[in-house]
Amino acid sequence: MLGESERRPMSTIYSYFPGCTLKNKARELDAQARGCARLLGIELEEIPEWQCCGGVYPLTTDEIAFRLSSVRALAEAARRGQKLVTVCSACHNVIKQVDHDMKAGAAIAEKANNYLAAEGVAYHGETQVIHYLELLRDEVGFDELKRRVVKPLAGQKVGAYYGCLLLRPSHVMAMDSAENPTIIENLLATLGADPVVYAQRNECCGGYLTLEDKSVPAKRARAILENARAQGAQTVVTACPLCFYNLKKQEEGTGVQVKYFTELLAEALGLDAKEGE
Amino acid sequence: MQKIGVFVCWCGSNIAATVDVKAVAEAARSVPGVVFSADYQYMCSQAGQTMITDAIREYGLTGVVVCSCSPRMHEATFRKAVQKVGLNPYMLEVANIREQCSWVHKDMAVGTEKAIMLMKAAVAKVQLNAPLEAGKSPVTKRALVIGGGIAGMQAALDIADAGYDVDIVEKNPSIGGKMAQLDKTFPTLDCSSCIVTPKMVEVGQHERIHIYSYSEIEEVKGFVGNFDVTIRRKARYVDETKCTGCGACMEKCPMKKVPNEFNQGLDTRSCIYIPFAQAVPKVATIDPNYCLKLNKGACGICSKVCAAGAINYEAKDELVTEKYGAIVAATGFEVIDVSKYDEYAYTQSPDVVTSLEYERLMNAAGPTGGHLKRPSDGKEPKTIVFVQCVGSRECCDPGKGELRGGKPYCSKVCCMYTAKHAMLTKDHYPDTDIYVFYIDVRTPGKNFDEFYRRAVEQYGVHYIKGAVGKVTPEGGKLKVQASDLILNEQLHIDADMVVLAAAIEPSPTARHLATMLTASMDTNDFFTEAHPKLRPVESPTAGVFLAGMCQGPKDIPETVAQAGAAAAKAIGLLAKNELVGNPCVAHSDEWMCNGCSQCETVCPYGAITYVDKEFKMPDRTVKIRRVAQVNEAVCQGCGACTVTCPSGAMDLKGFTNKEIMAEVDALCR
Amino acid sequence: MSAYKVTQEEVLAVSGVDPKKCMRCGKCSATCPAYDEMEYHPHEFVAMVEKGEIEKLAQSKSLYLCMTCMACIQRCPRQVEPAKLVEAVRAAVIRGKGATHLKPDALPDMLDPDLPQQAIVSAMRKYTR
Repeated sequence: MLGESERRPMSTIYSYFPGCTLKNKARELDAQARGCARLLGIELEEIPEWQCCGGVYPLTTDEIAFRLSSVRALAEAARRGQKLVTVCSACHNVIKQVDHDMKAGAAIAEKANNYLAAEGVAYHGETQVIHYLELLRDEVGFDELKRRVVKPLAGQKVGAYYGCLLLRPSHVMAMDSAENPTIIENLLATLGADPVVYAQRNECCGGYLTLEDKSVPAKRARAILENARAQGAQTVVTACPLCFYNLKKQEEGTGVQVKYFTELLAEALGLDAKEGE
Repeated sequence: MQKIGVFVCWCGSNIAATVDVKAVAEAARSVPGVVFSADYQYMCSQAGQTMITDAIREYGLTGVVVCSCSPRMHEATFRKAVQKVGLNPYMLEVANIREQCSWVHKDMAVGTEKAIMLMKAAVAKVQLNAPLEAGKSPVTKRALVIGGGIAGMQAALDIADAGYDVDIVEKNPSIGGKMAQLDKTFPTLDCSSCIVTPKMVEVGQHERIHIYSYSEIEEVKGFVGNFDVTIRRKARYVDETKCTGCGACMEKCPMKKVPNEFNQGLDTRSCIYIPFAQAVPKVATIDPNYCLKLNKGACGICSKVCAAGAINYEAKDELVTEKYGAIVAATGFEVIDVSKYDEYAYTQSPDVVTSLEYERLMNAAGPTGGHLKRPSDGKEPKTIVFVQCVGSRECCDPGKGELRGGKPYCSKVCCMYTAKHAMLTKDHYPDTDIYVFYIDVRTPGKNFDEFYRRAVEQYGVHYIKGAVGKVTPEGGKLKVQASDLILNEQLHIDADMVVLAAAIEPSPTARHLATMLTASMDTNDFFTEAHPKLRPVESPTAGVFLAGMCQGPKDIPETVAQAGAAAAKAIGLLAKNELVGNPCVAHSDEWMCNGCSQCETVCPYGAITYVDKEFKMPDRTVKIRRVAQVNEAVCQGCGACTVTCPSGAMDLKGFTNKEIMAEVDALCR
Repeated sequence: MSAYKVTQEEVLAVSGVDPKKCMRCGKCSATCPAYDEMEYHPHEFVAMVEKGEIEKLAQSKSLYLCMTCMACIQRCPRQVEPAKLVEAVRAAVIRGKGATHLKPDALPDMLDPDLPQQAIVSAMRKYTR
């Protein structure tokens, strides 16, 4: 967490990559994120003609086409000279890992730029990709955020669900410790909640396996929610619409409510539901 | 003009089979400066040596060239021989026509031609050789041992028993090191305290050993046989000469919340403290980080209850300077911080502990009085999972993953101490279910494998080849998810405690010591030995010896052995009244030196310093110039300064630039 | 089923993995959330690819059970990255003609009103050509 003097100067406009799901099944996540940012003096400007990130990062080294939508987004943010903000954990993971490839400057970077040359686009790692949580922690600062809280969350016991994508691989994502993260817990404390630490918070919900073998996400989501409950959480918050879906499917009977973290943020900041639209 | 004699050795058939030695001897006769030439089957034999000494006398030889095996074999032999008849030993050169000629060629014509060239080069060098005298320096008959653990104590005892004074500098308030914290030791299951405390007492009472406890090395100057060391005696705020170790101060001290290092932070101690009951010296120390009197001017109770009047809040650190002839580094190890390995939930549950913490829990003098209790609720654990290799044997490429403080090496002692923990636990609590997840079980010592097999076969400890992937604390239990590679299963075990065999690393405080001692450390911060196989207890820096974990992971028997070896080396050094140096050392021509300091920077031994000297200039003025000065006792003759010197002022005696160029010229003709 | 034969060279080149670094500790399989459903587990992928036993892997359902959670990548002490091997074999298989695992026609039956788009996109990225 950056102190007052170390915090980077707040630029009020950031390039924003919402991703397909935030425009569709997870509209509230998008609305709350932008609305809260606005309350904090930040405008998240959607970059024009962004393309779906693809949902998962391709682990094969020769898959160039799948990386291009991310590179285009990165190049656009570079062109604007702005940092690129994402909210969806999956988009963040894909774009950040692709950016790492481009910054490393090896074969992948060269091939991607060759493809994009036809569009007159080139990207050499100029952009900084940050997740909305990093925006709050590093650009706004939790101290400043605390000052803006109008309706503290009254000691609600909330467990952070990081999932796997925000943190791994940690030398690329570099947001927080992969095994011992604190960013969401610190955010929750800032908003007045009582954060609950539970070991399953950084384990996978099953992701896209929900379309291949439903039993795996079911098993995983149950284990996650039960662990959160056992350690005392009443609510579990997430940043990823797919995690939200997988967890919500097992919510019944666990005694835990699954929410987007932006819902609590909006509540604490007193965001009017209509403002974000 | 020199009178040089050339002696060509057959070395039986080793040389003669591939080199026409007679032809070489014949060719030597026509080389300018050579007045005598001969060949013989074994030049290194008595007869061969006599041939050389006779020729020196008869022909008045001023220089000798021996064409034979590598100088590493017999240069010293031949030098001694010529010295006996009054010829300076550095007027002798060896041309290696065996390892570098007959052993690598098959064709006699080629081998002979090459041997002749090598002979001519050696003659050209000897023509320019000057007699050299080895320098002598005195030896301070006192040894310094840095570190008061078992390695340091053993080395100190051996040196002291040989009749030399020894100082031990120990950074903690008491000597004893990690052994004092251990419960039982493998493979004998001796009680560690029972075997180490008598040693501590012996050290404390030995008339030749002086202990500087709660002290650190501040500065080291000098060279082998003549070290000047400054020791910082940290302020204890307790007068060591008055304190009786009665413990009244500890009892009455109101600040009792200090994390107790001796118990690895599992419980607390008072601010004024004696680290453990058998401490040597048994003297209290005030922890300045927590003292209410020192920080706030309040309290002061300890001085009121001290019957000996030993408390002194005004105490300051003291600097002491001492001279030593030999130094033994025995700085020991620490266990790595495993907080980042939180897939094991180390920071999330107090029931996940490191092996050293477990050791304290099992120890009768530990935080639970030797009863194995879960730190969370004090209940007896019924199921325990041991995880091996936490932080050891890792690949640490920062481009491929987050660095968590892991090490590439095997920490060597963990397989054995885990088997020990498992068996001791089963001894006390036979109905405990114990799992050990291992990659390999490494038991290289005497009776070690038998020891571990007892754990499996006699005690029924479940040794599973596989790893633990995740530990989830839930409902008071630790849910362990692990793999069994032999049965190809993923296991789910509800454990009560999880014990992590964390990697060991050299004590972090030793890093700056390496710079002070000019002792090299490898990339893992272990002190490097002079030769990994043949010189394992000497540092490349003369006069500095190594013992114990600071040189590499090892167990107690190996540590004691190494400490004895280091002591023997130190004793061999201290037994000398003077040290004869190597005369082939660097020398700077003061008039050519421009004071640039490059040589000082590149010298790996710290042998070069710069001084301001007065020079009478040709125009009769006096000028002060900054010139290099070589400490001939420290210089090892590596030649780095000679190469670096931009003005050519620096040269190496016995291997001068001119001599080397003469060799090259001779080869090229 | 594809007639394309996946080779060891292809798998190693595409994944960028050096399976020889593996010390057979089993941490990847210990941490894999899909272990019970898989036929071949992450540690076996590494050993089998190193040995060249690609055919068995190429025909196994295990290829489609990796959820790219990167736990094996994050926690492997030797930085081997087993998930990259799984993906390399899967990609090589799917790239073979007519070998797609998830046919777009099958999708409508799988959808439910809450299913986020990203689930469909991710699955298509991993399972289709």
